[in-house]
Amino acid sequence: MAAVHGDAHGHEHDDHHPSGIMRWITTTNHKDIGTMYLWFSFTMFLTGGTLALGIRAELFQPGIQILQPELFNQFTTLHGLIMVFGAIMPAFVGFANWQVPLMIGAPDMAFARMNNWSFWLLIPAATLLVSSFFVPGGAAAGGWTFYPPLSTQGGLGVDLMIFAVHILGASSIMGSINIITTILNMRAPGMTLMKMPMFVWTWLITAYLLVLVMPVLAGVVTMLLTDRHFGTSFFNAAGGGDPVMFQHIFWFFGHPEVYIMILPSFGIVSEVIPTFSRKPLFGYSSMVYATASIAILSCVVWAHHMFTAGMPTVGQLFFMYATMLIAVPTGVKVFNWTATMWRGSMSFETPMLFSIGFIFLFVIGGFSGVICAIVPIDIQVQDTYYVIAHFHYVLVSGSLFALFAGAYYWIPKWTGRMYNETLGKWHFWLSMFFFNLTFFVQHFLGLAGMPRRIPDYNLQFADFNMISSIGAFGFGLSQILFLYIMISTIRSGEKAPQKPWDGATTLEWTHLPTPAPYHSFEKPPVVN
Amino acid sequence: MRNKLLIFTLIMFVFGFALVPFYEKFCEVTGINNLLKPDVLVKDNKVDEERWITVEFDANTRGLPWSFKPLQTSARIHPGESVNVMYEITNNSEREINGQAIPSYSPRFLDKHLKKFECFCFTKQVLKPNETRQMPVQFVIEPGLPIDVQTVTISYTFFELPEGNVPVKK
Amino acid sequence: MRSKSVATLAGVSALALYSSIALGSKYNLPEPQSVIAKDIYDQHILLMWICLVIFIGVFGVMFYSVLKHRKSLGYKAANFHHSTAVEIIWTVIPCIILVVMAYPATKTVIAMKDTSSPDMTIKATGYQWMWGYDYLQGEGEGISFYSKLSTPRAQVENKAPKGENYLLEVDNRVVVPVGKKVRIILTANDVIHAWWIPALGIKQDAVPGFIRDTWFTADKPGVYRGQCAELCGKDHGFMPIVVEVMEAGEYSKWVAQQSSSAVKTSMHVENK
Repeated sequence: MAAVHGDAHGHEHDDHHPSGIMRWITTTNHKDIGTMYLWFSFTMFLTGGTLALGIRAELFQPGIQILQPELFNQFTTLHGLIMVFGAIMPAFVGFANWQVPLMIGAPDMAFARMNNWSFWLLIPAATLLVSSFFVPGGAAAGGWTFYPPLSTQGGLGVDLMIFAVHILGASSIMGSINIITTILNMRAPGMTLMKMPMFVWTWLITAYLLVLVMPVLAGVVTMLLTDRHFGTSFFNAAGGGDPVMFQHIFWFFGHPEVYIMILPSFGIVSEVIPTFSRKPLFGYSSMVYATASIAILSCVVWAHHMFTAGMPTVGQLFFMYATMLIAVPTGVKVFNWTATMWRGSMSFETPMLFSIGFIFLFVIGGFSGVICAIVPIDIQVQDTYYVIAHFHYVLVSGSLFALFAGAYYWIPKWTGRMYNETLGKWHFWLSMFFFNLTFFVQHFLGLAGMPRRIPDYNLQFADFNMISSIGAFGFGLSQILFLYIMISTIRSGEKAPQKPWDGATTLEWTHLPTPAPYHSFEKPPVVN
Repeated sequence: MRNKLLIFTLIMFVFGFALVPFYEKFCEVTGINNLLKPDVLVKDNKVDEERWITVEFDANTRGLPWSFKPLQTSARIHPGESVNVMYEITNNSEREINGQAIPSYSPRFLDKHLKKFECFCFTKQVLKPNETRQMPVQFVIEPGLPIDVQTVTISYTFFELPEGNVPVKK
Repeated sequence: MRSKSVATLAGVSALALYSSIALGSKYNLPEPQSVIAKDIYDQHILLMWICLVIFIGVFGVMFYSVLKHRKSLGYKAANFHHSTAVEIIWTVIPCIILVVMAYPATKTVIAMKDTSSPDMTIKATGYQWMWGYDYLQGEGEGISFYSKLSTPRAQVENKAPKGENYLLEVDNRVVVPVGKKVRIILTANDVIHAWWIPALGIKQDAVPGFIRDTWFTADKPGVYRGQCAELCGKDHGFMPIVVEVMEAGEYSKWVAQQSSSAVKTSMHVENK
């Protein structure tokens, strides 16, 4: 990597940007916007987490104690919506904003103003979602999947949710178009597609998925809206519609959505593991192909969420086989990560710990995924706590752990300061312990027959629910530690060298000073 | 450039409304959701005297103060044989109510092999207070029905129609 | 560093232990009471074993590597980064494992879907928030009743001690004869519900305006409990399903008794 870059020469020209709040409102800088995305998503993460703790507090013991059933349903619904659309997705877009230009040697995102707009759309959307608790009738209570006719029954809260989803969808589409354009057009000379870092690759594929499915979500919520208020009957049998059609359209969005939330975390882990193994990523091109095949397969498996909705046998079999097939490229990824670690020279800083924790727990989530794919077994576990355990294993210990890994990995480059390694490790081990305490026992609850989305349960489920609730509070509190670590890093962390990780090979470490200057790569680096 | 954009916008706008007749034609040709039209009998329809099928009749109401039931709960028939069944509805309320019946079948692919010549579900039903009415359904199950199917269910659900509103276009 | 790897190992073995406990009764699917439920139970066990073997294989390698190939032990990194042969092997092997998993599942799916030639047919209708049952065909034809949660409100509000079948008890049970193929037709009055009896291996959504069907044959007399499995609003957690399976003779008695006391039930369920 003998390349020339402009940044070491400093910035003669001025960075005229407003200061104070106006800097953040008007900014078009990818780093500012990335930072805002990350803080926004962390705020939403804490909001959604608070709702989760409300749910777990109610389920601590049998009987109704804290939340009445109506409010309980609102909590589960908003917990899901906020975590998916407010926390996980914007966090990955935040990482893309920061890292994609840095990793491909571009000065900024392709559409800088649109970038600003796609962030600021999130604020009204989040406000709509959260404020829906305070309107007459309360927030939407039909689950984050808001199946009609139940969601046709709801009050104003459902309309607010529909508008929030519209806005979030617009924001995501703009964000992904921006990312696609940036990646395809603004790579440094010499960086061919097959030389791009894995994180960039996974985001490119994710962005295509987003552009493909977010309009579908917008369409389905619009149909729901017109059913509710304008006399159409898309999902109403009385007018020739079909409630199950909603489920098909929703999951045509919903299943790729799952991969939208996991593919970028594959990317982050694929950056972190080679760095701390001091060895190149094993099977780079097969990783790219595996990611692409997961994305393609994810579009033809949606109905595995609906095995109990009453499908023809052929349909059930097709969706079962297609779903099982996803295990193959996912397996390839896990094997590749293992092979990357094999005979490396590993060290175990916090990002590496979170990445290994990610692989370990994601594989458990993957196994329960295969088990859920088998139609007969799914008939038993569908809509039970088993499914809750499954998707928290892939979304919390999957997406969220990868986000933590990425945050610890890149924070020195972003802030110029090093986080506290001891506290970071505490954060990892606490999260790991309490996460498993919370969710592992939920597998047993589901198998034993506890349905999801119920505020009260039979006594046979009492012990595991209590364990799970204790775990949830522990996990929630551990995340306050993360907030503390990040704030203390930004304020008073030790100065970080240009390349604190000796195994790192991507452009942001090799070609940029630490912290990354406000304007980076104004002259593109040359990649050999 | 600007002209092109304007023309394109206009075309898309018109296209939006053109979708209405387009979909109507599309559904008519493909036979999708053909709920309200009687079927025509295929000419070379043969009765398969060898085979017996049990047909169960089911009736539901949703959001209606009506009683609705078939006069016989099941029938043993041959494929290809024309069957006539009577249903009875009673309006138990003191107001006039419009209702629309929506059919549903088990197994679901039965609709491909079921030909209905007459059905109360083809039109909306208006019942005066406390009126009772008997209505026929006449149908044939085609011999093309897969051989392993021995029991089928024909179910109707009556939904209330808002006054003066006909959600299903004829 | 040492202590951490020990901690990791301890974590792994704890999890492995947990998975082996998972084969115990409390941690597994309920004891199967029908052919389909038995199939499901067996396939779940089979899958657990397959997963456990893969798990030990993959993480055995990974944790060996984590323990041995560390910088702190002075291990020097190798520099290999691909091997087409290895990649092909670990793509093909999972495919073969999947076929092994899919074969029994396919047979069960076909069996589950075969609702033809039932001995009796019962229609279950989901209401917010109770179930309505109509015996459409077979012995007991014409019986019709509602089935509501019978747990007193005081127990839910923690004002009275909770009984053994807290939230899983109803006023009128669905009664069926043992060893007979019972076809269940499902529909709903308002929103989507789902009819689920874990021990019988049966779960089917009830969709308003449409009918769906499913079936079971209970192996043994007994009382089997389940719950609505599709979120249906406020009291979704409070609309259980209880099936009582009786010997043929007792079932006939029950039918006779129901018909004589038909006054309290009406053939066609009006709206609530």
